[in-house]
Amino acid sequence: MWRDAALIAGKDLRIEGRSRVALSQVAPFGIVALVLFAFALGPDRQVMAKGAPGLFWVAVLFCTVLAIQRSVSVESSDGASDGLRLSGIDPAGLYLGKAVAVAAQLIVLEALLAAGVVLLYGARIAVPWMIVVSCVLGTIGLAATGTLYGALSSGLRVRETLLPFLLLPIAVPVLLAGTRIWQAAMAGGTPSSGMAWLRLLLVFDVVYLAAGVVLFGPIQETA
Amino acid sequence: MAPVALPSSAVSLRDAVALSGRFPLLAGIDLEVAVGETVLVEGPNGAGKTSLLRVCAGLVPLASGHLSVLGLDPSRNRTVVRRRVGLLSHASHLYDDLTVRENVRFAVRAAGGDVSRIDPACERWDLVGRLAKTSAGKLSAGQRRRVALAVLTARWPELWLLDEPHAGLDASARTLLDRAVLEAAAVGVTVIIASHESGPVEDLASRAVTVTGGRVTAERSLHGVGGGSTQPALGTDVQIADVHVGHVKEARVAHVA
Amino acid sequence: MTSDLTAAPVIHPPAVSASNTGVTPPPVQSTRSKTTERVIGVLALVGTAATVWLGLWVTPPDEHQGDLVRLVYIHPGVAWVALYLAFGLAAVSSLLYLWPRTRSLFWDRLAAAAVEVGVVFNVCTLVSGSIWGKPTWGVWWAWDARLTLTAVLLVLFLGYLALRRIPAEPEVRARRSAFVALFAAIDVPLVHFSVNWWNTLHQGATVLNPGLTLKIHGSMAWTLLLGFVALTLVFVWMLLVRYRVGVLEDWLDANELDLALAERQSEGGGPFGGPADDRVGAA
Repeated sequence: MWRDAALIAGKDLRIEGRSRVALSQVAPFGIVALVLFAFALGPDRQVMAKGAPGLFWVAVLFCTVLAIQRSVSVESSDGASDGLRLSGIDPAGLYLGKAVAVAAQLIVLEALLAAGVVLLYGARIAVPWMIVVSCVLGTIGLAATGTLYGALSSGLRVRETLLPFLLLPIAVPVLLAGTRIWQAAMAGGTPSSGMAWLRLLLVFDVVYLAAGVVLFGPIQETA
Repeated sequence: MAPVALPSSAVSLRDAVALSGRFPLLAGIDLEVAVGETVLVEGPNGAGKTSLLRVCAGLVPLASGHLSVLGLDPSRNRTVVRRRVGLLSHASHLYDDLTVRENVRFAVRAAGGDVSRIDPACERWDLVGRLAKTSAGKLSAGQRRRVALAVLTARWPELWLLDEPHAGLDASARTLLDRAVLEAAAVGVTVIIASHESGPVEDLASRAVTVTGGRVTAERSLHGVGGGSTQPALGTDVQIADVHVGHVKEARVAHVA
Repeated sequence: MTSDLTAAPVIHPPAVSASNTGVTPPPVQSTRSKTTERVIGVLALVGTAATVWLGLWVTPPDEHQGDLVRLVYIHPGVAWVALYLAFGLAAVSSLLYLWPRTRSLFWDRLAAAAVEVGVVFNVCTLVSGSIWGKPTWGVWWAWDARLTLTAVLLVLFLGYLALRRIPAEPEVRARRSAFVALFAAIDVPLVHFSVNWWNTLHQGATVLNPGLTLKIHGSMAWTLLLGFVALTLVFVWMLLVRYRVGVLEDWLDANELDLALAERQSEGGGPFGGPADDRVGAA
């Protein structure tokens, strides 16, 4: 399973390296979203700084949807998804591989968006490690659920509209947890409340990764 | 190499019905293919030839009826069956952003194939030099076909399912393909070819079944090579000494230990 | 209910058809299930009417909340149905469908019916909560933990239904929906915790859960209980009816398949070498 996962992740990341979709399309979209939020909230930097955590995570969610769409559409070129099924590759490995590839892209995007938030909104971060950990855990959760839902909606003509509709409600805990942890990180002081949220993120990640590893095979066969 | 217990038949379908939504792709099909046999599946467009191959590859489940591939049930032993079966379909399953060589390498590795066979396979199908480094998105249809064939010959599974294999190939590639099929048949690979063309492809097979309306409606025997029954054990290397495609008189086979 | 559909038009001559059944008659509702449905329907109607009468006229208004308290006879009832009964049933049914040993389209149809009816109750929960909230909090909507969870659940329900509308064979659709229901079910506790924590850390709307901080006694308690029971019966009745409709819908779809099979086989011209109609039907 791990070998197959590495193979798939390598393939997806190599394709990304060649086509540079995440870098040239999704990332600018994220930045544009941040700018639009700034326009929406008005020029008062105090307001924007307060809203920075939430806005960051909403932008991340939008980028996640795009990244998942891209991950799914890579497999629809020339019937590649059929090819994967035909090769007898371990479905759990396929799932993990694709999730890892998406997570890797999201981490890079988040770094970019975090920089954007700090610059554009004047957010000041007192406890950076919480930001990093929350981003990592949140990313894993988003990649895990996104890959699952991407597979469930793959091959359907209405995928573009259905995927966000299905995925975003599921991602609510990540949004809430991520926002709260950012706020705690910005406020400084004891991160005790942040720890509870981190634990929640961890549970979320474990649950959905386990679900994906176990259920991705059956899901693939229904597409 | 120790003899492997071969299943009695490579493919066995009985009254198989396969659906796509509400539409019956196969409407009660019966087919028996012995190990090592080469069978040609004929029929008009839309008759169910492609669906038949896809069902044998385990891609499409049966709604009813019985199917066994290489002695196994594809819906139960998915991975095992898929790794022993190779499907050459209309689509080539290539990633546009990867080069030819990367595509072949990925496909072979994904199917658990032998990595050392990649280079010889690429050479066989003339996917070398500049072509090997071209992105798959830039290839012509015939070139894509050749890439898929390279993957197939590198993997060398026990059962080959070829869907309109000659489509899009030029004359020299067709010759290469025929030679590969004969070579496979000579070592005991079971080959099922779906084609709506007639002519040279008939020389490859020992019999032809006609599929119309999702069922087998006719059968006839051909004079091709692939006859099944006494075949060398799988795994021994074989070289085809002399093959004339189009006027196959005999295939002289030399065993290489 | 038994219309004479065995005489329905079989379009192709039987000799060509390998599935010799032609068009199957529609599923008939047994008299027992018909009676059950009627009885439950009547009970639900009576119960609801009684609750309304008791709630609006007989019981006294609360000292603090006045007449607003009357919503407590409805709101917790619909909330319990939407959040726990409907959703729980959908989740369990989906799990039973996915489990190989108990796999049967019955569970899939039950889950779908539960979700659809659940949506109705969910909206009622939100509306009744909103109506209660306006005089109490001054706003039509406040990010109360329970209401927020209900709203997220509504979106999850709607996503499930949207997925089911995509045309597919019953088994494929059932599996897909079952997975979505399962993932939603896993998500709900996580959402519940996160929304609760989110809310308590938030100064502002400290929520009064109706029914929890009220002192309920006497006729109010009985009416509350009656409301729960009546609304549960309404849910069950709607569930039964919706399930039955689902069965009929699937029958309609399946019949189209038989006709399609016959047409498909007739493409080949005559039957292959012999009595093809001796074979047992494919569908």
